[in-house]
Amino acid sequence: MKSDSLIRIALGAYLLIFFSYLLGPLLVMSLTAFNSASFPSVSPWACFTYEWFDVLLRDKHIRDGIYYSVIIGIGTVTLSVSMGLAASIVLTQVWPRLRSTYYTLIIAPILIPGVVLGISTLVFWDRVGAFLGVSDETALYGLFHNGLFLTILGQSTFIASYAMLVFVARLQRFDTGLTEAALDLGATHTQAFRKILLPFMRPAIASAAVLAFLASFENYNTTTFTIIDYKTLTTVLAQKVRLGINPSISSLAFIVIVLTVFAALVFEATHHNRKRKDAIAQGKVTPVKKGILPPFMHGNAAAFGLVALACVVIVMIGTAGKHDPQVCKADVREARMLETERRIKVLNETRALREQSEPAESTPNKPALAPSGAFGGVFAPTNLTEDDAEPETETPKGGSGAFDNVFAPTNLDTED
Amino acid sequence: MSSGVAVDLEDIWIRFGDFVAVKEANVAIKGGDFFSFLGPSGCGKTTILRAVSGFLDPSQGQIRIGGKDMSGIGPNKRPTALIFQNLALFPLMKVWENISFSMEVTGASAKQRRKRADELLDMIALDGQGDKLPSELSGGQKQRVAIARALCANPDVLLLDEPLSALDLKLRQHMRTELREIQQRVGITFIYITHDQGEALTMSDNVAVMKAGVIDQIDTGHNIYDHPATPFVASFVGENNVFRGRVKEIKGNEALISTNRSGDLLSSISPSQVGKLAVGDDAMMFIRPEALQLGPAKKSSKTTISANVINEEFEGNSFSVFLEGDGGKSVKMSVPNGGQDKISDRGEVLSLHYNANNAVAMPAGELASE
Repeated sequence: MKSDSLIRIALGAYLLIFFSYLLGPLLVMSLTAFNSASFPSVSPWACFTYEWFDVLLRDKHIRDGIYYSVIIGIGTVTLSVSMGLAASIVLTQVWPRLRSTYYTLIIAPILIPGVVLGISTLVFWDRVGAFLGVSDETALYGLFHNGLFLTILGQSTFIASYAMLVFVARLQRFDTGLTEAALDLGATHTQAFRKILLPFMRPAIASAAVLAFLASFENYNTTTFTIIDYKTLTTVLAQKVRLGINPSISSLAFIVIVLTVFAALVFEATHHNRKRKDAIAQGKVTPVKKGILPPFMHGNAAAFGLVALACVVIVMIGTAGKHDPQVCKADVREARMLETERRIKVLNETRALREQSEPAESTPNKPALAPSGAFGGVFAPTNLTEDDAEPETETPKGGSGAFDNVFAPTNLDTED
Repeated sequence: MSSGVAVDLEDIWIRFGDFVAVKEANVAIKGGDFFSFLGPSGCGKTTILRAVSGFLDPSQGQIRIGGKDMSGIGPNKRPTALIFQNLALFPLMKVWENISFSMEVTGASAKQRRKRADELLDMIALDGQGDKLPSELSGGQKQRVAIARALCANPDVLLLDEPLSALDLKLRQHMRTELREIQQRVGITFIYITHDQGEALTMSDNVAVMKAGVIDQIDTGHNIYDHPATPFVASFVGENNVFRGRVKEIKGNEALISTNRSGDLLSSISPSQVGKLAVGDDAMMFIRPEALQLGPAKKSSKTTISANVINEEFEGNSFSVFLEGDGGKSVKMSVPNGGQDKISDRGEVLSLHYNANNAVAMPAGELASE
């Protein structure tokens, strides 16, 4: 009995750790989107603000990046879903002895690093252009060196393999007798494909399309080589990280997270609702009598979550226009100025004190009180660098008396 | 109704690599016939059906439907409709869409299709069920939907590949009658594949019995049962007692066979084997359990078998008495239930009489495995 509850506690703790490991970063990232500090951070918390969403929407690079990411995503979905479907159908029809070889061949792009795919796409189409002898001015040359064209092709090389895996799983459950039945009833091969196989594959096509779009949207390795003069969201973000980021990226992440959760909840809620309706139709469950809740929410946790999420988003959008962090910001600025002034005062006092006791010394970097002896370790270079590195981790209010923190440029930045 | 279209198989061979699935099949099926291919699984009967429906081409020979050569004509162009063993109803389509699929592919309007589907649903007594999905129907209903779907294509020939094998016994017996009625109503040629001799005998006008790719006998159900042409047919169709021996004497269509265990027995010769049996040949003689009658233990005659009783089983409408037979196999006698408690005692010697007309003799050959 005792060990039983112990195991349960351990399991609970494990789950807690596991989920915080999974979701913690997302939560922290989402929070940073609402902090007015100019570097994505949660602590110190300055002011609650929506301004980073505004910054995000005004950022032309990000807007362009999203736009092209979506275009490339749509192109990749179209290409890789059709290629994957064709490849999977061939796999079921190919001569059994060839099957495993064919499978390995088709699956290989997944195993090849994206970087290699990117470079080879670039080189291949350049060579194709050279082989065909197209000159710089022609439209064909433009196409072979067009970032969108190359990125769609480059991404599709391996995303089509993912799609194929999804289709193969579904096709294994297909009864080829159905196609034969359709043919027997007079359908042409095209009709049998369109009316029998395609409807059967529809769920797999939907999931392959979602998978392909997400894989395309988040791809960087291949895209960075093939994109040339265009940009996608990932390349824009990578550039931003290099040049220094602000929390508008967190706000983008927040939007993506909310959309994902929203889609998942919608799927779950409708799925649950359909199952319940089927159960009612089959007479397994009696429909609920009219209550306070609308019927679709009955026993449907996902629907509750969906409504709650919608409420939160509506409240956020509603208050976004009215909420003005300026007052808070001014307060923060004032508080910081006061703090700075106080420190300067402390600094001046200590300096005056030091000048009194050691009039000969005038090194500004030197700490006020040497811990032991006159120069004990003060000038050691390690000591100095340590002081420089510290300010980032220490809070400004840490009244250790070491004034180096106050003047650290990064420190000032964070609170601005 | 149409008088039906004849189907002719002429010298059909079907090979898969080195394996010969069908050997020299010659079958002439009359228009409007209910024709069955009967044989154990793996005998090539489904292969013949797939060749008729166009899913595979015979390696050799010609298939004619209504006198027209079918070689090179795909399944979607042939005047046949096939009912699959697993029915192959389209799971994502409603019942009425399933039934009218053959019209959909020719571009008929939804209204026309619905009308025709409703007519057919009426015919198969499923009116009002058109908007259900196949998964919501019972086994027998699915069966009837599959038949309606095939009939909707107005085929000249309906091919049925063991369509009843998935049903339970009661339903199977009911569907036999129903299939036969439908066939008589629409009047088209039915080609039926089965391994169940009961199905073949109750429904068919004519039956072809197959063994390992070879057609052993084509005849009416009656003749197949009463006058089997080969030991395989005799032992596969219905129950039969086999007596091995040597031909001692032949008189017209009767033969005297000196059996290994029961002495000299008189038997008629299977009509198709008359003249093929000569004195001194190895022969087999078959007597059905119900053709054996209990008689007084009088002097032995040429139509009397004496044997020890091994055991006795009560089967409701009859008793089955098992007696010592030849080659380790028992001789079974079927006695109708006339209210008696039992027929015999274990170890008792019984004299069984039969009419020579009910015994069939033929050259020795392979028996159906049990």
